[in-house]
Amino acid sequence: MLNFLARRLFATIPVLLVVAVLVFLLLRLTPGDPAAILAGDAASTDQIAGIRASLGLDKPIAVQFGIWFAHLLQGDLGQSFYYKTQVAALIGQRLEPTLSLAALTILIAVLVAVPLGVVAAWRQGGWLDRALMGFSVLGFSVPVFVLAYILIWLLSLKLGVLPVQGYQRLADGAGPWLRHLALPALTLSVIYVALIARVTRASVMEALGEDYIRTARAKGLTEARVLVRHALANAAIPIVTVIGIGIALLIGGVVVTESVYAIPGLGRLTVDAVLARDFPTVQGLILFFSFIYVLVNLVVDLSYVFFDPRIRY
Amino acid sequence: MLIKRAIAAAAAVLSAAAMLGSGGAAQAQGDAKTLRIVPHSNLAILDPIWTTAYISRNHGYMIYDTLFGTDEKNQIKPQMVDTWTESPDHRLWTFKLRKGLEFHDGKPVTSEDVVASLARWGKRDAMGSALFTFIDRMDTPAPDTFRIFLREACGFVLEALGKPSSNVPFIMPKRVADTDAFKQIDDYTGSGPYIFKRDEFKPGDKAVYVKNPKYVPRKEPPSGTTGGKHVYVDRVEWNLALRDGQAQMNALQKGEVDIIEALPFEFYEVAKKDPNIQLPKYATVNLQYMARFNHLNKPFDNVKVRRAVLAAFNQLPFLQAQVGVKELYNTCPSMFTCGTPYGSPAGSEIQSKSNMKKAQELLKASGYDGTPIVLMKPTDLAAIQKLPDVGAQLLRQAGFKVDLQAMDWNTLVARRAKKDPIDKGGWNMFMTAWQGHDIWNPIANPTMDTRGVDSGWFGWAKDDELLALRAKFMRATDEATKKKLAAAIQTRAFEIGTHVPLGEYQQPMAARKNISGFFITNGNIYWNLKKN
Repeated sequence: MLNFLARRLFATIPVLLVVAVLVFLLLRLTPGDPAAILAGDAASTDQIAGIRASLGLDKPIAVQFGIWFAHLLQGDLGQSFYYKTQVAALIGQRLEPTLSLAALTILIAVLVAVPLGVVAAWRQGGWLDRALMGFSVLGFSVPVFVLAYILIWLLSLKLGVLPVQGYQRLADGAGPWLRHLALPALTLSVIYVALIARVTRASVMEALGEDYIRTARAKGLTEARVLVRHALANAAIPIVTVIGIGIALLIGGVVVTESVYAIPGLGRLTVDAVLARDFPTVQGLILFFSFIYVLVNLVVDLSYVFFDPRIRY
Repeated sequence: MLIKRAIAAAAAVLSAAAMLGSGGAAQAQGDAKTLRIVPHSNLAILDPIWTTAYISRNHGYMIYDTLFGTDEKNQIKPQMVDTWTESPDHRLWTFKLRKGLEFHDGKPVTSEDVVASLARWGKRDAMGSALFTFIDRMDTPAPDTFRIFLREACGFVLEALGKPSSNVPFIMPKRVADTDAFKQIDDYTGSGPYIFKRDEFKPGDKAVYVKNPKYVPRKEPPSGTTGGKHVYVDRVEWNLALRDGQAQMNALQKGEVDIIEALPFEFYEVAKKDPNIQLPKYATVNLQYMARFNHLNKPFDNVKVRRAVLAAFNQLPFLQAQVGVKELYNTCPSMFTCGTPYGSPAGSEIQSKSNMKKAQELLKASGYDGTPIVLMKPTDLAAIQKLPDVGAQLLRQAGFKVDLQAMDWNTLVARRAKKDPIDKGGWNMFMTAWQGHDIWNPIANPTMDTRGVDSGWFGWAKDDELLALRAKFMRATDEATKKKLAAAIQTRAFEIGTHVPLGEYQQPMAARKNISGFFITNGNIYWNLKKN
């Protein structure tokens, strides 16, 4: 196991290296000038040129890469052109809202989707199964922002139950933290419920057709025990895989939800940085996301050991 | 059985949600002494001298003070200055500071701080740079007195020192103002009515200001950027994360924010009808749209072609498309903001009394050879996004070939800085909007800098006659002469087609009804406000 862990972690290095080079080059090849945005609309061409020089953007690309990479090797992601703050600090500030939203979304999704998927598979062809299939199509089809506005209208403006926007840090109290996250997590969880429920249903259906299920029933086990202890346990691997992908996506790509609910998360930071051509921040974020994806994949692979004793690393 | 358990679990979750919601009303109204504002943009750059971005200027007004300001009648009035004298030959200006001016760190504001701040500002601001071409030296004969010695008389010393928009000559401590003008400051000590809470600043999330208890306001009532800057709240929070227009409106309706600085036009009627929301009148000076030619590239290197565009660009379609709300826009046949001292219709007949037929005739007579016009359109800036579509249509009606190129704003600003020909990534035209005080006189208005490729602003118009008139304007010391020269400058600008003014509009602000104290600021200024 330790060898496997070491090999996987070591394999991360070339992945991150390729990502670093690619993102660095792509940013500099796309049109746009961070100096022009920073200078403001009324700035002169000379002022823009001065800012460009102060940011080191007038140096050859190879030199710029060398400087950035040298800092990267020392664990320094550089300083944001736009915010004049260390990129690592920016990511740190945005991590809590993003992780909170991701965790709550996945929690809701798993708590709702897995039981729904199991029951739908158990009662295949019944009204619940059909309802779930219909819901999952809706869940995939309705854009997140449409759902967000509907939920805001209903739960915030009409019923006044939850706030419209914003994020409260956990340090300011668990109650406000949870209240502000409830709606965005509910909004985001719909698509993940749809996805995880479908995968759960398909996987459990397959497991329910196995001989050991017939054996378990023949032994007189309760249906609940058969479903959970035998069917679900053996169907877990694809479900866990999808959950892992979901976590990775939530950490990196929920800018629409963050925009609608004014959550200062990593998704919004990424979009702002791209639009402002804030090269160090974009580079740092992409590297960070790459590392997260690798880590999440590793954790998912390791978790297989718990669900399937036949798997050994 | 399983299904019953599932329903019971769902009911428990909903009950928990209802309990979470029980604190809603109190949360929504917020602290009675905290003003929660949604600014028009994200605050990233905290140095209002380093950038011209309006959001940074607004941040500056919170924490810094100015020597002079501009009142609601566009008159220059003293702010930090108590008294001043001007020598009979207009070449020596002596200023005495008010008593009791203190920075947030408790140190007194001295004339050395002022001189250092002006020097840094003069290196970045166009009007400041123009002023400094006249300045021989500055000195500080006493801690509360500074003097400006001019090489020759000029007529805009006070207008420059009291200019209300970017870059505003904010006064900083000398140690901060001594920072290289091309590097950003990292010390935000000011002497203004609010103190910046740097420890609570989270870029892209929140900016926080607290009341400066030691600020000594002037006795006059507040007006524009002048008068008494009284603060009646303890704290101001700028919500930098709330950028979606619908989300802003929802938050205002629910009382989660108190003020939306720039209400999107599509929510204007909704806000008007809401009994809990007001649309305070805070500006008498409008914003102005404009279309800017690139004078370096064909066909706009030909003055006759530019004048054909002036004839084609009727302002009304632009305003109807971009603003849409009739009470918020007006046509303005002036390159200097209408309603300000130099706003006039002088020379504007080519546009204001024109029609498409005339535009077509002018184009034909110009010898236009069918070169496509590269018109840049920003896709991510709702404030001006529709203007290029209207422009393209009008150009085509006039007989132009148009290549309307959509791009994000950052690409546009990068490209407009290029002087290259079209086939190497150049451009012919872009459109933008200005706050009225940035274009209200020939010195501040960057389109009047007609030094060609050496001029500061994009487009690089060249005309020696206009330059000469502008130089005369700078030297004129009486108002009547200035007005005459401004009219002459504008007439010349229309003759050569520096750019095309596309009409003016007001940017509505929306606020909860329990906020009072609004006055004519002609900008985004947050003193004098009470939360009842």
